[in-house]
Amino acid sequence: MVSLAELQAEFGPEIAESAFRDNRRIHVPAEKLYAVLAWLKESRGFDMLVDVTAVDYLEYPGATDRFHVIYLLLNMSSKERLIVKTALNPPELELRSVVPLWKGADWMEREVYDMFGVTFAGHPDLRRILMPEEFTAFPLRKDYPRKGLGERHNFPVITRAES
Amino acid sequence: MPLELAETSDPSAVDQEYLWTLNFGPQHPATHTTLRLVLTLDGENVLDATPHIGYLHSGFEKLGEHLDFNQYVTIVDRMNYISPMANEISWHHAIEKLLGIEVTPRCKYVRTILAELMRIHDHLLNVGAVALDLGAFTAFLYAFTQRERIYDIAEYASGQRFHSSYTRVGGVLFDVNNDWADKVRKFVEGFKPVHAELHRLLTRNRIFIDRTKGIGVLTAEDANNWSVTGPLARASGVVRDLRKDEPYLAYPDLDFKVVCARGGDCYSRYMVRMQEMQESLKIIEQAVENIPAGPINIDHLSDVTLPAKPAVYRSIEGLIQHFEVLMPNRGFPVPLEEVYGATESPNGELGFYIVGDGTTRAYRARTRPPSFIHFAIFPHLIRGHSLSDVVAVLGSLNIIAAELDR
Repeated sequence: MVSLAELQAEFGPEIAESAFRDNRRIHVPAEKLYAVLAWLKESRGFDMLVDVTAVDYLEYPGATDRFHVIYLLLNMSSKERLIVKTALNPPELELRSVVPLWKGADWMEREVYDMFGVTFAGHPDLRRILMPEEFTAFPLRKDYPRKGLGERHNFPVITRAES
Repeated sequence: MPLELAETSDPSAVDQEYLWTLNFGPQHPATHTTLRLVLTLDGENVLDATPHIGYLHSGFEKLGEHLDFNQYVTIVDRMNYISPMANEISWHHAIEKLLGIEVTPRCKYVRTILAELMRIHDHLLNVGAVALDLGAFTAFLYAFTQRERIYDIAEYASGQRFHSSYTRVGGVLFDVNNDWADKVRKFVEGFKPVHAELHRLLTRNRIFIDRTKGIGVLTAEDANNWSVTGPLARASGVVRDLRKDEPYLAYPDLDFKVVCARGGDCYSRYMVRMQEMQESLKIIEQAVENIPAGPINIDHLSDVTLPAKPAVYRSIEGLIQHFEVLMPNRGFPVPLEEVYGATESPNGELGFYIVGDGTTRAYRARTRPPSFIHFAIFPHLIRGHSLSDVVAVLGSLNIIAAELDR
């Protein structure tokens, strides 16, 4: 089990902790995120990245940060789970990619980029994954309406003659 | 005189003229659903594959922010539509974790039986479809007849054959009865000879073995590094099953084994799925004989479940409660918290990361879809194999495009 004291000794006092049900969460500032994740993987055996996702807290009651990027980690030998969260605020929506640590992060980071517009420096192939290449908005942001911004009507149609 | 052969298997040589680019999908009989691959071929050898996904993207996660916890169950049904109830159980597992609800023992057993039926459901389709793609048509038909029996059971419980939308917060839509349990027993008895028949058709079939053994090998380290879970990881020797590691529902009471193989190839994945069906049968047999009596939903006057119809019609409390749950401006208190809950779906770890904002709609309903994560390893598995192996590997990964794209 990774204790908060260990993490604070290693990375400074800004590391915070919270818990709900059986979820344990570590809050890490964005600039230290990669170092913390690399340390968790190399010295604490968190060898599986279960998921990478993000939440847009634009309309959330009492929220101070716009986005949180969330890394769900798992230690395959002790079966311990840990959630690492980091806060991001526009205009600086960039994190370092964790693909060098876990190859599975490749598509997960692409999806976060596609849906929220958070970019990952050092990602081998950061393209949109679910939405088409021409798409300009980020659909899971809270300021994007459920019905879309008219993309459906302005979608480029290729006629048989042009194809 | 020996023939001078050019070095053709260099993957970095992608711009060389003799290489072919083959567009595989989005409409192709062997992709089963809508997914597209762009393959770079050297003769018949696959040098590289680039998956292009998103053809079925329909914004499920966005919808999850606008529908309440009971409404969204109709959407999660449509993610992995091969085993719809497994998604529902997983969704409400996460919601109940957020709300801090413990479902009744009867509900646990019923959900466990359904979850295991869905595992058989999913594995049957996969085994049948892999065999079909590799030219063995009969196994597919045998598998699909049994799938129809499972649809009957789902229909008997929920009233819906395919997208059953059966679970609710704190319970299920309708209680089951003894006839339903008999149907389950009958299915178990009828399925055993078919399972043996599938084994006889495929397991030692030379053509099937030639097409699957040693194809698409995934090592245990790679499986962990690529976040692979479920039967795929277990076929590579990773001993992980959420039913054992993080027990939920009635699994702690039941006796079953975690099936693993060492090969990591398509054949091992097939074998793991076949054996898991056997273990699922064991679980169902135990559970169906021990369904506890008592209510299936948590207390009908708690504020999260719909009361039973007699209570709505005959008591004022029941009527008020009915409206409290259903009316969009009412609802029940939800903590301002977020939670990750996962279950072992037939395809792997299916998890939901749910952010609650105090209302009965999720503020964020992230799905961790196993198909999405498993499809990412496809280029890694197929490099160096021949074109005909594409179907074998794709089939053994069991990619469901609706879950892949959501």
